[in-house]
Amino acid sequence: MTGRLGLAVAVAAVAAVPSVAPTYHVLLMLPFMAYGVVLLGLNLLFGYTGLVSFGHALFIGIGAYTGAFLTSNFGVRSLEAIVLTAALLGAVVAAPVGTLCVRYVKIYFGMLTLAFGMVFYTFVLKFYRLTGGDEGTPYLRPSLLGFGLEGIPKTDYLTGPYYYYSLVVLVLAAAVMWRIVRSPFGLCLKTIRDNPAKAETLGIGVGRYRWYAFMISAVYASVGGALLGAPIGNVDPTLVYWTHSGNIVFMTLLGGFASFFGPILGAFVFIYLEDFLKSLVPSYWRLIFGALLAAIVIFAPGGLMGLVRRAGALRA
Amino acid sequence: MIQHVVSVLMSGIFHASILFLVSAGLQVVFGVQKIFNLACGSFYALGAYVGVSAVQAYAAAGGPPAFFIVPLVLGGLLIGIVGVVVERGLLRFVYDRDETFQLLLTFALVLMLEDAIRLTWGTSPLSTGGMYLVYGQVRILGAAVPVYNLIVIAASLAIAVGIGALLTRTAFGRIIRAAAGNREMAEALGVDMRRLYAVVFTLGTALGTIGGALVIPATAAMSEMGIELIVEAFAVVVIGGLGSMRGAFVGALVVGVLRAVAISVYPEVEMLLIYLIVIAVLVLRPRGLFGAAATAT
Repeated sequence: MTGRLGLAVAVAAVAAVPSVAPTYHVLLMLPFMAYGVVLLGLNLLFGYTGLVSFGHALFIGIGAYTGAFLTSNFGVRSLEAIVLTAALLGAVVAAPVGTLCVRYVKIYFGMLTLAFGMVFYTFVLKFYRLTGGDEGTPYLRPSLLGFGLEGIPKTDYLTGPYYYYSLVVLVLAAAVMWRIVRSPFGLCLKTIRDNPAKAETLGIGVGRYRWYAFMISAVYASVGGALLGAPIGNVDPTLVYWTHSGNIVFMTLLGGFASFFGPILGAFVFIYLEDFLKSLVPSYWRLIFGALLAAIVIFAPGGLMGLVRRAGALRA
Repeated sequence: MIQHVVSVLMSGIFHASILFLVSAGLQVVFGVQKIFNLACGSFYALGAYVGVSAVQAYAAAGGPPAFFIVPLVLGGLLIGIVGVVVERGLLRFVYDRDETFQLLLTFALVLMLEDAIRLTWGTSPLSTGGMYLVYGQVRILGAAVPVYNLIVIAASLAIAVGIGALLTRTAFGRIIRAAAGNREMAEALGVDMRRLYAVVFTLGTALGTIGGALVIPATAAMSEMGIELIVEAFAVVVIGGLGSMRGAFVGALVVGVLRAVAISVYPEVEMLLIYLIVIAVLVLRPRGLFGAAATAT
């Protein structure tokens, strides 16, 4: 019950941000919500199925480039159409990629996903006639629910309609994921994570279930990518580079992969901390980030949620 | 025509020699400690910067240009010491953790080292100036090849032979192979794992830093060079097979030469071709050309 109340408070707080916080902070919330969607999907693989992908930037890239292509080259401006196309394309790419990747686990799974991510990176970087190479492709302002919204200034658009649109997508994505992980399907995934041999004996098609998890996480990452690209206004290959894949795994670990909301918290802390450190110590924020990641890996593998839980257990 | 082919091949083999050194470092660490060290590219970048500084200091002190290779190699080797610091200070805490955490810890190292390098040497590319052509060029079938490249190729071959001899002919090499094959058994037989891990990780690090130092006269040190090289070294070890030295050698040749050929024939496909090969290898023969059996399912 307290959990539900806390959740309602959190959503209400996020919804209230545009009316109370300065524009700058409101704009920072946009990537947070986009990453939130990505990480919900990533954690279905990482936390629930036990497969760590080092190539999920591939799907963020597919989502973002879908938006860029549709708005710049095909004249499609509806964000609903973009999100649906991104989800569809993410699934189309994930089907064969996932088939090959889920045949392996652990380090081999990570390496194979990294290799696929880098194939896509090289593709968007080198085929510049199609993708604009390292210059990228513009992601024009999408229309929301059929409203063009061309007349209002960019900041008003992003902190107003686009903000709430992102929030609704995030809440919907979380609600659907909540159902997924609580379903028999979600329980099967956890069994596969903890003991694949036993899962197989129980009649769970381990490979098939891993593939489903891969597909769902890819669709989530693509949708998140589509949301991530619009506020930036330009989609370039750095979005697909392997270090970006590493960063989203970092976010998941930071918040806590063992908890449903951990990754979302991780995205929030990561983005604010990154922004804070970049302005405070522009030349060595990565150093501090690296040290932080090392500290989490060594001392608090459960992430922030793990720390909260540990503190709670101590008090009880 | 033949001239062009030779010059492409030679530049490919030069690149392969460097790639071999870095990948060999990756392999020895993976073989014994079962850690895939994403930071091996960062060690390579570190070696490159230290190499530049050593050569610049040497030139400023008035050392004869013909021997610039001495401070270069010494600098590259000495900074390999950083391996002990990393192993004792960070890695040893996560040996009993899931490999995901080990991988992430090396990713943390990548982030830290990138900024450590920027803080120490700044952001603009550094080079050793005109040292590269101090040894002149030779003509091989009409193609001009810098003698320095030949020296690096020879040095890399010598290191390959040296590692081979170390692993197969010495007691220490037998211990390394025993620990790689069965850690518990080696430990039960009295191998001091703490020491072995520190030595192996330092060896792996030094292979990366020396690779970085050796490449630098031919190019310029840049802070992104590490994270760019790691994906190539990654391709090398996947093609060759994780943990295998022979695999690192063959994989480096495949990646180095193919990359050079692709750049000269059809630049758009450069790395794309290599990643496609990586995927083909992972799918068709996940243990690589020389690797031990892969952990499937």
